[in-house]
Amino acid sequence: MAVTTGIRTSATSAAVQRALTGQSRPVGEWIFQGLLFLSLLVALGMLAWLLSDVFIRSMPVWEQRGVVSFVTSNLSSDPEKAGIAQGLFGSVMLMVIVIVLIIPIGVAAAIYLEEYATDNWLTRFLNTTVRNLAGVPAVVYGLLGLGVFVAVMRNFTNSPLNLLVGGLTLSLVVLPIVIITAAEALRSVPRSIREAGFGVGATKWEVVRSHVLPYAAPGIFTGIILTIARAIGETAPLLLVGAAVAGFGQAASAGVVDKILGPYTALPTTIFSWARLPQSEFRALTAAAIVVLLVVVLLINAIAIILRNRYERRW
Amino acid sequence: MTASQQGAPLTIGDLRGSAGRRRRELVIRTLFFLAAGTAVLISALIVLTLVGEAVIFITKVDLSSLLSGSWQPRAGNYDMPSIIAGTFVVAVIAMLVATPLGLGAAIFLAEYASPRVRRTIKPILEILAAIPSVVLGFFTLTVLSPRVIDVICPGPTPLFNMAGAGVAVGILITPLVASIAEDAMYAVPSSLREASFGLGARKRSTSLRIVFPAAVSGIVAALIVGFSRAIGETMIVALAAGGVGGAVFNLNPCLPGQTMTAAMTALAVGSDQAGGGIASASLFFVGLLLFAMTLTLNLVSERFVRRIRSAY
Repeated sequence: MAVTTGIRTSATSAAVQRALTGQSRPVGEWIFQGLLFLSLLVALGMLAWLLSDVFIRSMPVWEQRGVVSFVTSNLSSDPEKAGIAQGLFGSVMLMVIVIVLIIPIGVAAAIYLEEYATDNWLTRFLNTTVRNLAGVPAVVYGLLGLGVFVAVMRNFTNSPLNLLVGGLTLSLVVLPIVIITAAEALRSVPRSIREAGFGVGATKWEVVRSHVLPYAAPGIFTGIILTIARAIGETAPLLLVGAAVAGFGQAASAGVVDKILGPYTALPTTIFSWARLPQSEFRALTAAAIVVLLVVVLLINAIAIILRNRYERRW
Repeated sequence: MTASQQGAPLTIGDLRGSAGRRRRELVIRTLFFLAAGTAVLISALIVLTLVGEAVIFITKVDLSSLLSGSWQPRAGNYDMPSIIAGTFVVAVIAMLVATPLGLGAAIFLAEYASPRVRRTIKPILEILAAIPSVVLGFFTLTVLSPRVIDVICPGPTPLFNMAGAGVAVGILITPLVASIAEDAMYAVPSSLREASFGLGARKRSTSLRIVFPAAVSGIVAALIVGFSRAIGETMIVALAAGGVGGAVFNLNPCLPGQTMTAAMTALAVGSDQAGGGIASASLFFVGLLLFAMTLTLNLVSERFVRRIRSAY
């Protein structure tokens, strides 16, 4: 202000003054910011639409059947009796197999890549391989399971399309993601922490075990939890290694081992097979199964996000 | 240790620690190396399995059936152009949806949003990314195709169509595109923005003419990764694009079509896998083609990402 009033008023200085002190934002700025916000709104609006639509569609099942009946019934072609018990059992067992396999292998691989490997062609090759594996479509891992695990399993059992094969295949799908997230968590631990350990004469493994892993653990576990959430919803590879898309019977006496080595289905494959059925009654059942799957997936994600916010550390 | 206590010069051997400790180190190091090596083993198994079965398919199949005009594996028609065309129609529609939505969201989050808004919106985007694709497939079938695509497409539109599947795939990859593009824009040093503001530029010019060009490598990488994911997406297309019994060559998104991924699941779900017929070998041939395409795209995108890393 002071500057412009000092100068004799002229058209130029008036224009300059308006430009510098103008209160109103030009229309273009508003439109641009509005469009950016709109693109976010469309994405989030789709999410809200999806969640509310699926929930409303599933209401008849909860009202007429109740949660318990739906969750404890087996697959059936009769919509009055069909439920997701087998799908839930399959998904839980698959997750147990995946967790048991990927935590040790994934974390060990990440520790090697971040802590032990020196920067040479072999390390660069390993890193590139892991990143490329993460980009391979899940359905291709299904082919790998079909071509390797199912073929090997055929030598040992009459039903090679079993839970064990499904679990192994899913583990391959998510292993690269676990390695990448665990490596990121390890990388965020500053050098000085390690040097403190080396300074008092600790070996590499001692430093990793007592200094690096405790600080990286929250990050590693957040990554693993998010990976599990992704694995639960994974459908395509299971279809290729033979998760059942129709009903199947099991002897009442079948133990857990029999179930693991026998025919199986998982929650997402149940959803897939029901979604393809033409009867309108199955629309509500599909929506109900989706609600159960979403509750599980979103709950796991929420745990991971809370864990991350709670333990996030800035060095 | 005993040597140093007696006043004799300290040797390397004294500093090394006990033999048992060194042996333990070596064992652990080897175990970790083997764990990292599984990645190479898995890659090798993928390539060997796919190539092995694909070669069987190529040698057994009548080569003219690869260009027979329709994909009907049970009838012995393995027309590759039909399913490749379907794949690209769906992926292009997905990109038409995900590019404006993903980049718009990325610019908003990186340049406009306050830290508080970022903290609330990013987890919601992560939730969108966490929705299993089979769920989006059902949503396409029950909502998107009958209520949205039916209005956009001219004339009577079949419930199973590639446009609906493409839009849903686009929504699925939007969070992925947004997060990679946002990372790239976030990495642009703020000194560039400040220089632009210092010259009197407004926020829009700074975002579009300074930050966007500076981050363009990362943005291109985001789009390539998104495209690669769209090509490999399976469950939405398997449920909503149609073509379960087969498909003919078709580029009209308002009609049913078959993609490479959906062709694979349709074959696997419908066929008795115990029999190792020529139709089941065709799975691996399609899989090899898909693997080669996504691998190429991912390698190209990595090039672009490395460029932005080296710049700042």
